[in-house]
Amino acid sequence: MFEKALVGNKKYFTLIAILLTIILISFFVYIYQLKNGLIITGMGRDVSWGLYISQFTYLVGVAAAALMVVLPCYLHNYKQFARITVLGEFMAVSAVIMCMLFIFIDLGRPDRVLNVLLHPTPNSVMFWDMVVLSVYLLLNIVTGWMVLQYERNEVKPPLWVRTLIYIAIPWAPLIHTVTAFLYAGLPGRGYWLTAIMAPRFLASAFCAGPALLILLAFIIKRTSKFDVGNDSIQMLAKIATYALIANVFFLFCELFTVLYSQIPEHLDHFKFLIIGLEGQFQYVPLTWVSIIFMLVAIILLIVPKYRKTKVLLITACFLTLVGTWIDKGLLLMVGGFVPNPFGEIIIYWPTFFESIITMGVWSFGVLILVILYKIAIAVRCEIEL
Amino acid sequence: MDKIDRRLFLKIASLSILGVTAGSLLEVVNPKDFKDNSIEPLTKLKAKRWAMAIDLTAINEAIINNCINKCHVTHNVPNLRDKQHEVKWIWQEKYSAVFNEGDNDFNLTTLYKNKNIPVLCNQCDNPPCVRVCPTKATFSRDDGIVVMDMHRCIGCRFCMAACPYGSRSFNWTDPRPYIDKINEEYPTREKGVVEKCDFCMERLDRGELPICVEESKNTIIFGDIGNKNSEIYNILSRRTFLRRKEHLGTRPQIFYLI
Repeated sequence: MFEKALVGNKKYFTLIAILLTIILISFFVYIYQLKNGLIITGMGRDVSWGLYISQFTYLVGVAAAALMVVLPCYLHNYKQFARITVLGEFMAVSAVIMCMLFIFIDLGRPDRVLNVLLHPTPNSVMFWDMVVLSVYLLLNIVTGWMVLQYERNEVKPPLWVRTLIYIAIPWAPLIHTVTAFLYAGLPGRGYWLTAIMAPRFLASAFCAGPALLILLAFIIKRTSKFDVGNDSIQMLAKIATYALIANVFFLFCELFTVLYSQIPEHLDHFKFLIIGLEGQFQYVPLTWVSIIFMLVAIILLIVPKYRKTKVLLITACFLTLVGTWIDKGLLLMVGGFVPNPFGEIIIYWPTFFESIITMGVWSFGVLILVILYKIAIAVRCEIEL
Repeated sequence: MDKIDRRLFLKIASLSILGVTAGSLLEVVNPKDFKDNSIEPLTKLKAKRWAMAIDLTAINEAIINNCINKCHVTHNVPNLRDKQHEVKWIWQEKYSAVFNEGDNDFNLTTLYKNKNIPVLCNQCDNPPCVRVCPTKATFSRDDGIVVMDMHRCIGCRFCMAACPYGSRSFNWTDPRPYIDKINEEYPTREKGVVEKCDFCMERLDRGELPICVEESKNTIIFGDIGNKNSEIYNILSRRTFLRRKEHLGTRPQIFYLI
């Protein structure tokens, strides 16, 4: 099937060329980072994780969201989704690969990364995160690819493939739960030390993932003969709606607990993000943009008339993606690390080089996604026509 | 035999793979992972549990500065001026920033409010950094010292996120150009690894006290808290002390006498 990725129109190859260029440039910047150390990023002794780790966290969510097409199809027999489970699975593949790259480029000594396998440490959540992510990657590559291949040959996928699919279903929330536990188990970080971390991560993942899939579906419809279908898109939109409402609800629960209990160790982080602390307001606008985007998206998604209007649906999906990205892909780190253990406010912004490297990893993920989607769509068109 | 044929090569290769994986598997199932008891300190000065008491009523900034300086020179700690990238093993902070839970407008804070006090790794009895390290590059010794294996550290900085005291430093860049005069007795580090105070374990090995204790003019007391006849045990049972963020359950072994 791979040959499908090698043929395409001019636009396809232009896109690939652009992505490869960005990847190449960011690769050189990464070499520069290897030579000079992580000093070229905006991170420091207080905000010691930054854009890289927050991208990793966000993308674990995107990866887990494949569940939102796989589960209705295989557990609820929602046949509309049978045509697009592969899109979910391939999105997960690309997202998990990005996750791994983001972890890798964040390491001070990437040459020693295999120490994690050489000295396996079960009491470290990072060890488990690596295990569950690797397994999830394999599950999605194998099931996505095999299902596609068997459908192409017009036979039912064999039992072992179906078994893997059923394993992948609980595995999806598992990866994001373990990722939340990276943060939620740290005693000194009031912003992260909350039992609702994992549920909130899952809720934001399950709205962002379907929102991204909807946007991808519109792009696919414009650029190929494959139409995901209105029913599927509306179903995805409904899933995104409920998840988004859950996400905002969880945020509200979080806010109530910290604001009403008024324990400074928890409160100060939220104050810093929402109203500013000690005269420092750097992240307040972003926080509000995130909250307002999510609220507007809820309104656009919950009213059937709006949801069924293409342009409003696209807007809602876009707002959901940006809103959750600001929340989890940026502020998660700042909120967790600031104020620091001495109560000081430290301002973190990614540097130019850090952003280029980040863009490079994203481009690599998009490249994988484009190639996998090209194959999947070509095969699906072949089956359906 | 001068030639390894294919069959022999495969035999050796598969046996070595088996050996490596079996070793790792054994490590996975081994319950002693939480505390590595296999590391027997080869030290002249031995203790059940090392601890340190810093007498805030007696210590002053001149003494603290001297301790910091001697420690950093001894351990080849680079002198990076940039506040976000500096490496610190022991340094000073305002009392009110160190003990910053709640708003103590009165009592202790009024006494010490603007006083600078030394801070360093708390050598926790229940260290979160050890719990999170994915490679056991940081681990607790039997005598309570939390140490770093800087040859194993992958630089993921999970320990820095886990430490509630901000006691860990990462080498954001190559530290060597920033060391004024390299002490040949002690290793330097490379960029990309985390480091921190290790209670001068190399000095304990030689039978000497930690350098800051030696330079402290008796304002820092160091000893075995597991020994009821030790000086530190006596002082702690007589005097009032504070420990940083005790409520987090980390059981710090640095005691601030007040």
